Amino acid sequence: MATKDIIDTLAGIEPGSSLDAIRGRRLQARDNAQKSYLSLLEPVDAGDVSLVERAAVALFVIGLHREPTMAGFYRAKLAATADGARLVEAVDVEIARGETSGPYGAFPAGPLSVENKAGLIYRVSAERKPDLGARLVAAFEHAHLLVFRPRDAAAADMKALLAAGWSNTGIVTFSQLVAFLSFQVRVVTGLRVLGASLGRANAAAGA
Amino acid sequence: MSAANNVNPPVVFTQDELGWVSWIDPLPEAELTERHFAGLVDRSRSKSEYFRLLVRDPEVLEARTKTDKDIFYNVADGLPRAERELAAAATSRYNGCIYCASVHARFASTYSKRRDDVQRLLDEGVGADLGERWNAVVKASVALAATPIAFGPDNIDELRRAGLDDAEIVDVINGASFFNWANRLMLSLGEPSK
Repeated sequence: MATKDIIDTLAGIEPGSSLDAIRGRRLQARDNAQKSYLSLLEPVDAGDVSLVERAAVALFVIGLHREPTMAGFYRAKLAATADGARLVEAVDVEIARGETSGPYGAFPAGPLSVENKAGLIYRVSAERKPDLGARLVAAFEHAHLLVFRPRDAAAADMKALLAAGWSNTGIVTFSQLVAFLSFQVRVVTGLRVLGASLGRANAAAGA
Repeated sequence: MSAANNVNPPVVFTQDELGWVSWIDPLPEAELTERHFAGLVDRSRSKSEYFRLLVRDPEVLEARTKTDKDIFYNVADGLPRAERELAAAATSRYNGCIYCASVHARFASTYSKRRDDVQRLLDEGVGADLGERWNAVVKASVALAATPIAFGPDNIDELRRAGLDDAEIVDVINGASFFNWANRLMLSLGEPSK
């Protein structure tokens, strides 16, 4: 039995439950998923990516996944971050504008081209650009690419981030944040679905 | 920016060994400090351009690496290594990460001794018929990779019918989910090269 971590909280896993015990068999993964969350969302030293940028990107990424419980968590996090509350509405509007289904995108030209799938190339709306600022505008457009069409990524996308004021190290941290959240939302959803199926099995067995 | 002039990118999924070239600047080996080596976990990873790029944020890299290693290498119990690698390869095939797919298809082949089936996953895509158990693992991985996430009770039922217990299903969830992390880094920070 372990103290609840962020994945337990978001997936509704209680200490002493069977899923808690199963997670306990991968203790290093459990502990380091938590450390990943802390170092990306609650870093001791924010370095090249501010706390409000991290929280805004997190809400945007999770919002695009249409997971209401997790989006609620990250919306509250952004609202509680210094200078974050003023961004919540703009981020929510941009989430609605960016909603689509992935993965899509193009493969390198060749035999795989028959699998190319076109889809939304998201750009932040002109009205929201002043609120978000150049760095977050570039970050949201790249985050949308990472969420829905990562195979479209090209060297030019790195240049766009650098041109918007992102450093090499900032790009690494920001990319890790989006990629980590893509992991976290799937672990949470998967465990929640499995947990619900255990509930059904227990009910069927009269437990 | 790293020069991309000498890159020869693969245009098909393969089990061959590929290189990877960064689009932004990795840290030079000579500039690595003990803090960076802690982030690399294995000192030998300082030879890799990919890890010398990620080590720009050493705390995150260390946590990511330790998460990865436990999900895939801790085989004291749970899902056989071959099927964890299958989940990683299927996720990479579906998201379109040729580099990640090459590494984990090779591992899946090594641990399962089913190289031809793994190759069919790469050649035909995630709809290839690989038998009930592998089909269930691939289908669950694909459902998890979709955005919005399409993983549901039917995936759990299929995995159970294929003989997986709850702990093994958690290994599928962890392995497939982790590659939604890895694929996005490998695809967006640089490119594979033959």
